[in-house]
Amino acid sequence: MNFEFSEDAELLREQARGFLQQNCPPSAVRAVLDGEQSYDAALTAKIAEMGWNAAVIPEEHGGLGLSYYELCVIAEELGRAAAPVPFSSSVYVATEALLAAGSDAQKAEWLPKLAAGEAIGTFAFAEAAGQRSDLGTRLANGKLSGVKLPVPDVDAADFAVVLTGGDGGSLALVDLKGSGVQAEPVRMVDFTRGHSRVTFDGADAEALGASGQGNATVDRLLDRAAVLFAWEQVGGADAALEQAREYAMGRYAFGRPIASYQAIKHKLANMYVKNTLARSNCYYGAWALDTNAPDLPLAAATARVAGIEAYHFASKENIQTHGGMGFTWEFDCQFHYRRSRLLAANIGSLNLWQDKLVSALEQSSAA
Amino acid sequence: MDFEDSKEEAAFRAEARAWLEANVPAKDEWAHLGEVEAAKLWQKRKYDAGWACIRWPKEYGGRGGDAIQQVIWGQEESKFTTPPSVFAIGQGMAAPTLMAYATEEQKARFLPKLASGEEIWCQLFSEPAGGSDLAALRTKSEKDGDDWVINGQKIWTSGAHYSDFGILVTRSDPTVAKHKGLTYFFLDMKSPGVEIKPIKQISGGANFNEVYFTDVRIPDGQRLGAVGQGWQVALTTLMNERASIGAGGMPVNVKNTMALAQRVQLNGRPAIEDGNVRAKLAQWHVQEAGLKYTSYRTMTAMSRGQTPGPENSIGKLVGAPKAQDMAAFCMDLMEESGAIWDPALSEEAGIFQLCYMSSPGLRIAGGTDEIMANIIAERVLGLPQDMRADKGIPFNEVPTGSS
Repeated sequence: MNFEFSEDAELLREQARGFLQQNCPPSAVRAVLDGEQSYDAALTAKIAEMGWNAAVIPEEHGGLGLSYYELCVIAEELGRAAAPVPFSSSVYVATEALLAAGSDAQKAEWLPKLAAGEAIGTFAFAEAAGQRSDLGTRLANGKLSGVKLPVPDVDAADFAVVLTGGDGGSLALVDLKGSGVQAEPVRMVDFTRGHSRVTFDGADAEALGASGQGNATVDRLLDRAAVLFAWEQVGGADAALEQAREYAMGRYAFGRPIASYQAIKHKLANMYVKNTLARSNCYYGAWALDTNAPDLPLAAATARVAGIEAYHFASKENIQTHGGMGFTWEFDCQFHYRRSRLLAANIGSLNLWQDKLVSALEQSSAA
Repeated sequence: MDFEDSKEEAAFRAEARAWLEANVPAKDEWAHLGEVEAAKLWQKRKYDAGWACIRWPKEYGGRGGDAIQQVIWGQEESKFTTPPSVFAIGQGMAAPTLMAYATEEQKARFLPKLASGEEIWCQLFSEPAGGSDLAALRTKSEKDGDDWVINGQKIWTSGAHYSDFGILVTRSDPTVAKHKGLTYFFLDMKSPGVEIKPIKQISGGANFNEVYFTDVRIPDGQRLGAVGQGWQVALTTLMNERASIGAGGMPVNVKNTMALAQRVQLNGRPAIEDGNVRAKLAQWHVQEAGLKYTSYRTMTAMSRGQTPGPENSIGKLVGAPKAQDMAAFCMDLMEESGAIWDPALSEEAGIFQLCYMSSPGLRIAGGTDEIMANIIAERVLGLPQDMRADKGIPFNEVPTGSS
C-alpha cells in the first residue's frame, strides 16, 4: 500500500505554499475583490513563470510532462490561497480539451504557448440555468454564433473551448480576440473570479474534435476537471477551518476562549471530519486521474460531491464561528464563502454530480 | 500511488493466506459449540502455529510482527468464516496495560494464556455515575494488610460472565481531586464477593453486564502502577481501545442499500430512480469511500513505521451514525413492511431492523459521538478542554446528581 504523494510532490507543495504566501496573501485577493480588475494579472504571470501551467503538458509540446499528482498539489494550494487567477479554466479545462480532442495542428499551435504562459484558454459550456442539452450555439462553415453565459476568465483568455448544440453536441475553438466576439462582464457571487456573457456573432472558429462528439468529450473532460477542482475545494475548506480555529482560540466570551465551548469544538470537529473524508476521496480521485482508471467517473463524482459539501460547510461555519465580524466586508471569511459557491456551480451542481455518482455505482454493480 | 503490498508485505500476506486456507476450521467443526468454546478452539489453533497476537513479542506468545502485518493478518482472516473472537478486550486492552505495568513474573504467567485464548479478560471501568466522565468512578478500594478490599459497582462490562480475569479502576482516596485518587488492579473474576448480572439491551441481546463487588479482596501484588496513579494506567488501556475499535464493516452499507432500492418501488417506479434516494446514496458513498481511503492513508503511514493517532476517531464517529441513518432509510424504503422484524418476512432476514436496533449502542460504546468529537477537537485540532466544574476539588466534595 502506497497511498501517499511522492516526496517530489510534497516538495512541490511546500514550494507552492511558500510562493503563494508571498505572492497571493489575503491582500492580493482583496485587491481584486475591491478593484476594477477581474483577476490578478501579475500573479498569473508569475505562476506561468513557475511552470505550473506546463505541469502536465507533454515535453514534446513544450511542457514539463509531470504527473497529475503534481497538478493536484498545485490545485490544493491555489484553493487554499483563494487565488484570483484564470489557472483552472486554462489548465484543468482548456488545456485538457486540446490534449483530449485537439488535432496535431491545434496541439502544435496552442500547447507550447499554454505551457509557456503566453496563451490562456478558457471554456464556454453553459448557456442558461438548468440547461444542459439543446444548446443554441452553433458552428457552421467556420463561423460561431450564439450566446454563452457565464463564461469564466474571458478578460484573461486568448481562446475559448465552446460547446455547441446539435445532435451529440460539438466543440469549437474560438479566438476570443477576433471579430464577432462581444463580452460583457457579469457580476458573480465571487467577485474575485471574472465572468462574462459572451455573444458570438459569426466569429471565426474551428471544430475541436469530431462533430457530434462534443457532449461525450465534455463528460470526460469534466470528470478530469472535477478531481482538480475538488483539490481546490479541499484546500479552501482547510483554509476556512484554519481561519475558524485561529479566531476561536483568540476570541474570548464569558471569560474564556470560545474554542473551549463544545458547541464550537464540535462544529470545528465536523469541519475536520468532512474535510478529511473529502481529502481521502480526492486522493483516490488523483490516482484515478493520473492512471486514467476505468473507475475515474465514480472517483471524480465522489471527490466532487465530497469537495462541494466540505467547502460549503467549512466556509459557512467559518463565518458563523466569527460571529458578526465574519459578516463584515473587512474580514476575509467572505473569500471562501464566495469561492465555495462558485466552485459548487462551475462544472455542474451537487444534484448533477450526486446523480452521476449513483449512475457510476449502478454501472459498476451491473458489471 | 498504488495499492500494492511491498515485497515483504506480499510475502507475509501469502504466508498468512496459505496457513488460513489450510487451517481455518470448517463450520461443522464448531457450529455445535458454544460461543466461548468455538472461539477458544480457533484461537488455540492460531497460537500453536504462531499466528496469535501478531504484534506481541514472541516471549509472550505473539509473533513479533509489526503493525502493518497485524492489519494484513486481519484483512486475510476476515475473508474466512471463523468463530467470532471473545478475546478483543483481553488481548487489545488488558495485555498492553500488563506489558506496561505488570512484573516480569506476572507477564510470563498471564500473557501467553491471553494469547492462546485459554484465559479471557474483561474490563471493569465504567460505572453508573462514570461513563464519558470515567474518572468520576466511585468503586471503593481500601488497604487492609497486604490486601485491598473492593466495594462498589461496575457496568457495561462486556463478557464479564465468561471472563477469568478483569482489569479494574477504583477510587482509593476520595479526599483528593478526581483524577488523583484512583488505583488500578487486576483480579480473578471468581473471587468471593463478585456478582455478575447481565443487562438486556434494546436490540434483544445481552452482551454487557453489571458487576457488583462486596468486600472483594485483591492482593496488593495485583496492583498495576502506584497507588493514586490509576488514571495514568487507565489512559494506557484507553489508547489501545481507540486503536482497536475502528469503523469496522457495518451490516448496512451502500451496497445492500442500493440493492434494496433497486428491488423496491417508490411512486410506481424502482426507488433507485428517485432523486432523493440517489442523493442520499451519493452522500453515504462519500462517507464510506472517504473512510476506506482514509484507512488506506493510515495503512500507508503504518507501513512507513508511524503509529495511528487520535485522528483515527473519525471511523467510529462517521460510521456509527451512518449505519443508524441508513438502517432507518432502508426501513422507509420498505413502506409499511419496514417496521416488520421477523427474519422470515423481512428483507435480507431482518438485517436492516437489527442494525436499526443495534446502532444506538455503536454510537455510545468505546466513546460516544460527542466524546469522539471532543477528541478530534482537543487532540487533533488542539482546542482547549472545556471548563470543568470539578477541577481541583476533592472528589467527595464534587456535586453529584440523583443517581
